Amino acid sequence: MRQPEPKSTAAVSPEDLPGPGVAVRRLRHPGRWISGGIVLLLLAFIGRAFAVGQIQWAVVGQFLTAEVIIVGFGWTLLISACALVLGVALGFAFGIMRLSENPILRFAAWLYVWIFRGTPVLLQLLIWFNIALVFPRLYIPGLVDERMVDVVTPFVAAVLGLGVNEGSYLTEVVRGGIGSVDRGQKEAAHTLGMTSGQTMRRIILPQTLRLILPVLGNSAIGMLKFSSLAATIAMGEMLNAAQRIYFINGAVIELLFVCAVWYLAGTTVLSIGQYYLERHFGRDAATATSERRWFKGWTRRPVVEGEA
Amino acid sequence: MSLAVKAVGIRKCFGSHEVLKGLDLEVTHGEVLCILGPSGSGKSTFLRCINHLETPNGGYVWVDGAIMGYALSRGALQELPVKQLRAQQSQLGMVFQHFNLFAHRTVLGNVIEGPMVVRGLSRAKAEARAMDLLEQVGMAAKAASYPSQLSGGQKQRVAIARALAMEPRVMLFDEPTSALDPELVGEVLEVMRALARGGTTMIVVTHEIRFAREVADRVVVMIDGEIREMGAPGAVLSNPADPRVRSFLSRVLA
Ligand SMILES: Nc1ncnc2c1ncn2[C@@H]1O[C@H](COP(=O)(O)OP(=O)(O)OP(=O)(O)O)[C@@H](O)[C@H]1O
Ligand SMILES: [Mg+2]
Repeated sequence: MRQPEPKSTAAVSPEDLPGPGVAVRRLRHPGRWISGGIVLLLLAFIGRAFAVGQIQWAVVGQFLTAEVIIVGFGWTLLISACALVLGVALGFAFGIMRLSENPILRFAAWLYVWIFRGTPVLLQLLIWFNIALVFPRLYIPGLVDERMVDVVTPFVAAVLGLGVNEGSYLTEVVRGGIGSVDRGQKEAAHTLGMTSGQTMRRIILPQTLRLILPVLGNSAIGMLKFSSLAATIAMGEMLNAAQRIYFINGAVIELLFVCAVWYLAGTTVLSIGQYYLERHFGRDAATATSERRWFKGWTRRPVVEGEA
Repeated sequence: MSLAVKAVGIRKCFGSHEVLKGLDLEVTHGEVLCILGPSGSGKSTFLRCINHLETPNGGYVWVDGAIMGYALSRGALQELPVKQLRAQQSQLGMVFQHFNLFAHRTVLGNVIEGPMVVRGLSRAKAEARAMDLLEQVGMAAKAASYPSQLSGGQKQRVAIARALAMEPRVMLFDEPTSALDPELVGEVLEVMRALARGGTTMIVVTHEIRFAREVADRVVVMIDGEIREMGAPGAVLSNPADPRVRSFLSRVLA
């Protein structure tokens, strides 16, 4: 019952052990070369298809820096920034309420998340835009008394729609972040005599902020893209501007590509910014995020902790 | 000696589970009291009731002239607003088993937090005092480090300095060395010995029988939410009257 000797084997008897200077032959990975080659071929094929397709690249180049587009991109950035600030503010406010001792505050925060996370953001944009149908006048005694259509301009509707929606996601993120700061630190703060407010502001929230920073980065990137939805409510941001141009000159794909270039540029810059921000804030918190390269994280969708 | 802490009839329930069954305890100024007892006997809960991290379901704690969490008005205990309770709590220093250092603050930042935020000290004053305390616990060289960069023993010494920074009337320790590797226990006990020598009033929940024997003025043995034995360490540890205390001690001394 002799079995044929294998050419190489993992079993080595002590007498056969080589010296310390023994040569090492690394494994070869022919599979990697083959799969890499296939993907390169595919990329080349797609690239060629676009190069010879029905696209006038000259028009793309021409409109890339057209004033209307640049101004539109400016609006895109402004909407995104305002909506993000609003979303973060709402996220923290409702996230803290969500953990309140007061059941009514808890319920209100739950209701907010339930409604605004449970309906499409495009629908919310349209509702904000048409809010004047429900409330013709905005009247706060001593402060404002105006027609709603004058107050809720397309810009205001876009910021409200995107910001309030984002806030409902961030509420859950903030709640998860606060929950993950261990209870012992809160108790330690109390034994030092710090009030709940001081403990929240000085101990819990700074650590929460650090924990949710990666999510905020993703929010910013997502917001830049979702702001294109505002095109549907006649807000003159970049996509809307592009549409108005191609309705006239018919260069549909060319102008959409112009938008794509600008959006990509924006999200790339944000991704790089996120990488450095995380690295800066990751200093001591022993988070592994600082090890991660910015481009590895940039396609992630927002992670929502806690209940779905 | 004058009275520093007096606990009267402390009861605590979690749901239907009565964890503390009416505890009475007196601690005088400068005294070191060690609380021993098997796991689950309610030692931590008792300590947390003393500084109102847990609100007792019955009884009250008097600390140096005031009842914790209450004002005495017309023969009844009137619950105090949280802000006043916090002010009372700041007079009791607490050291936890798991250190509970503020992870986003440096060692120095941990120690100055209370004095600056609660006492309103200027940063310069708070830092000067904090450095003295860190010197005292042998951690001055690490003032700029973050907690995640410290060993367990170092963390606990910082936690002690942080509690001392509030100049508490009484220091409470909840198993300060239980989460430490054996070789790090000594450095923390050494700091506590120095505090005891300096006349700090201390209530220490511990499993370190040797520490209790050497440092404690009195020892309390808790079993099932009751104080079963109380007295000088020599008497309690070598000659307990209660049979359950005897069997507990024979297990931990073995
Ligand atoms: N927050 C809580 N909710 C419910 N039960 C609790 C709570 N805290 C403590 N208990 C229960 O109270 C009892 C006493 O707990 P405690 O932590 O005071 O014991 P201990 O003597 O400190 O034990 P150990 O030596 O293990 O620390 C245990 O049965 C525990 O399960
Ligand atoms: Mg305990």
